[in-house]
Amino acid sequence: MRHILSVLVNDQPRVLARVANLLGRRNFNIESISVGESEEPGLSRMVIVTRGDERTMEQVSKQLHKLVDVIKVQDLSSHPVVARELMLVKVGAGPSTRTEIAGIVEPFRASVVDVGSNSIMVQVTGDREKLDALLDLLRPYGIKEIARTGVTALSRGPIKVPS
Amino acid sequence: MPHPAIATDDRKEKVTEQKEYTGSEILLRCLIREGVDTLFGYPGGAVLPIYDSLYHKGIRHILARHEQGAIHMAEGYARITGKPGVVIATSGPGATNLVTGIANAQMDSIPLVCITGNVPQNLIGTDAFQEADITGITMPITKHNYFVTDVRDLPRVVKEAFVIASTGRPGPVLIDIPKDVSNAKAHLEYPEKVSIRGYQPTTDPHPLQLQKLHAAIAKAERPVILAGGGVVTSGADQELRDFAERTQIPVTTTLMGIGGFSGNHPLWMGMPGMHGTYAANHALLECDLLIGIGVRFDDRVTMGRLDKFAKGAKIAHIDIDPAEIGKNVDTYIPIVGDVKRVLQEALEGLPRSRSEGWLKRIEDWKRQYPLTFRPSEKTLKPQWLIRHLYETTGGDAIVTTDVGQHQMWVAQYFRFAKPRSFISSGGLGTMGFGFPAALGAQIADPDRLVICVTGDGGFQMTSQELAIAALENLPVKVVVVNNRCLGMVRQWQEVFYQERYSEVDLSGGPDFVKLAEAYGVKGLRARTEEEAKRVWQEALAHPGPVVIDFEVDPEENVYPMVAPGSGLDEMMMGDEET
Repeated sequence: MRHILSVLVNDQPRVLARVANLLGRRNFNIESISVGESEEPGLSRMVIVTRGDERTMEQVSKQLHKLVDVIKVQDLSSHPVVARELMLVKVGAGPSTRTEIAGIVEPFRASVVDVGSNSIMVQVTGDREKLDALLDLLRPYGIKEIARTGVTALSRGPIKVPS
Repeated sequence: MPHPAIATDDRKEKVTEQKEYTGSEILLRCLIREGVDTLFGYPGGAVLPIYDSLYHKGIRHILARHEQGAIHMAEGYARITGKPGVVIATSGPGATNLVTGIANAQMDSIPLVCITGNVPQNLIGTDAFQEADITGITMPITKHNYFVTDVRDLPRVVKEAFVIASTGRPGPVLIDIPKDVSNAKAHLEYPEKVSIRGYQPTTDPHPLQLQKLHAAIAKAERPVILAGGGVVTSGADQELRDFAERTQIPVTTTLMGIGGFSGNHPLWMGMPGMHGTYAANHALLECDLLIGIGVRFDDRVTMGRLDKFAKGAKIAHIDIDPAEIGKNVDTYIPIVGDVKRVLQEALEGLPRSRSEGWLKRIEDWKRQYPLTFRPSEKTLKPQWLIRHLYETTGGDAIVTTDVGQHQMWVAQYFRFAKPRSFISSGGLGTMGFGFPAALGAQIADPDRLVICVTGDGGFQMTSQELAIAALENLPVKVVVVNNRCLGMVRQWQEVFYQERYSEVDLSGGPDFVKLAEAYGVKGLRARTEEEAKRVWQEALAHPGPVVIDFEVDPEENVYPMVAPGSGLDEMMMGDEET
C-alpha cells in the first residue's frame, strides 16, 4: 500500500542524506521525497511517499525515529489528507497547435507559463493521477522535458465545529 | 590516567571561562570533564593540533600500531567499563581505518566516541591530501555523527556525543573536526546537561504490557527466556536471575548475552542457534511462550526460518530500541524499556509459570544431547583446550575472541558466570577484533586475568598490537588456536562445497613464538595435551604478556551445526552421532 509520511527534521546539513541513506540501506522503497521549510524555524518538513505493508511501514517509522535529526514522523495515510504535486512539462508546439494544447490544459486548471518558437511549457498542480492524466493527453504532441516536485502533503483540519 | 593536578584544576574551572582556548584544547578539556582517562589513537596531519594539546594535557594515550587496533582496544575498554571508549584518528586513511571498528560497535551496541581530524574547511570538497568524507562514510554505521564547522559548537557536540553514545541503546558516535576548527579560539562553555529534541530513549516500561507478561507467564507450560546483549549492557544479570528463578523459566543466552546469566545455573541451556545446544534449540522450537530480553532475533539464532522459529509460541520482547520490536518476529507483548528497569518492575507480583514437566524434558535433552567431541591421544583437540582454560581458571577471567571456530568453542566450552567477561565480535563478525579488544579490556581492568582466544587467521590481522602489550606490559594471555587454516571457512567448504578447499590454507607461518619474541613478548608452543597443560601453567605464572601457539587438530569442526536456510530442528550433531 502507498503511504505518505510527514517527517519533521532538524534543518541541518546532510539531513536529507541521512534520511535517504537510511531508507536505501534498509531496502525501503522511495517513490518521492520533497523537503522544505516548516512552520517552525530550524525545522524542515520532509514528505516521503513510500510503499509497504503494515510491518514495513512500522519499521520505516521506527527506523526514522532513531535518527537524532528526526523530530516527528507521521503516517498521513490514516488521516484525511491534501496531497499535491507540481509538474512542469515542455511540449512540442508550433503556432498551429498552441491553441489546441491550451484547450486541453484548461479543464485541468493548468496554465501555459512559457511559449517558445516550437514548444510551450505547461504548469500543473494536483494529485499524481491528475498529473499523469494530463501527461497522457499531452504525449501525442511530443514531450520534450518533464520536471515533477514529488508529493507534498498536509493532513486536513478537524471537521467538527468546536462547541 | 589524567595528571592529577591538571584534572583537579579542570574540574574546578567555572562553567564559563573568560580565557580563550583553541578547539583542540577545548576538546581535551571536555574529554577530561567527561571523565575520560584513556585515549586510543594514532596521530597525523589533520590532528596535529589535538596531539599538540595532548602533549601538555597528560591524558593517558595508547599509541596503537594501526587505527583498527586502536578502535578495537577502545571497544574492549568500553565493553568492560560500560563507559564510552574514546579513539582519535587523523583524516583520510586514519579515519577510514576506523570504519570496521565503528561498524562493529554499531552492530554490538558498544558505546564509542570517535574523534577524527579533517582537512581545513577551505579545502573540504576539493579532494585535498588525506581528505575523506568520513561523516558520509560512517552515516549508516554510527548512532549519530557530527561535522563541526564552528569551534563554538564543539563543547555542545562533545557533550551530546557522550550522551548519545552511552544512553539508550549504546553505540558509536563520530565527531569530525576540520583542522581550522581545532586551531580556532573560543571561550569554553561546557554544558552540564544537554537536551536533544530528537533523542529521548524510553527507559520505563508500560505497566499494561507488564500485566500482559505476567498473565502469559502464569499460563505458560513451556516458557523460554532468550537473553541477549541487552542484559549485559543494562547490568541486569541479577534481575534476570531473580526473574528466571521466580518464574522457573529456563534461559538460553545468545552469543552477546553470554555471562548475562550464569553458565553454571541449572536453568541455563547454553547458546541457541547455528552452533547452539540441542536443549536450547529444541526449547525454542517447542516453547509456548518466548520472552526475548535485550535480543534482536538475529539470523544466527532464528536461522532466518521464521516459519519454524518458536512457531507455537507467544513472543514477548523486551528491548530499549523500539525498532527491534517487530523487526524480525511478530511480537505479542512488546515492552520498550531499559532491560534492568523492566525486569525490576516485572519482579513485582511476578507469578510462577507451569513449567515443571517442561523443565524435566529440558533436563533430559541436556543429558541426552550434551556438547561432545571425540578426544584424541595424538592430537590436541581445540574443544579440550578451551575446556582446560575454563577448568584451570575457574571461569573467572575475561575472555576475548576473534571470529570463527575458536569463537564458537569458547562460547560452548567456557562457562561464564559473570557479565562483561566474554568479549567477542557478535554482529559484524570481525576477524582481528579479539587481540586488541583484550588489550583494551586489560587496560580497563588491570587486575583481572585477560585471555585472548584467537585463531591463526584472526591474530594475523592485528598482531602488530603486540607492541602495545609489550610497551604497556599488559599481561594478556594470547591463546592462538592454530589449525594452520581458516577453520570455519574450511568447515563450510567441507560440508557445503564437497571438500573443495579454496584458499583456506594458512600453513607456512609465521612462527608465532618468534613473532611474539620479536616484540619482546614471551612465546610458548604446545602440540599435545601434556604440553598444553604445562605451557598454560607457565603462561599463567608469567607476569607479562604471553603468546601461546597451540597447534590443534586442523580437521576439527564445530558441532552441533544448523545449515543456513534450515530450521533449528535440522541440527547436524557431528561425529558422535553419525
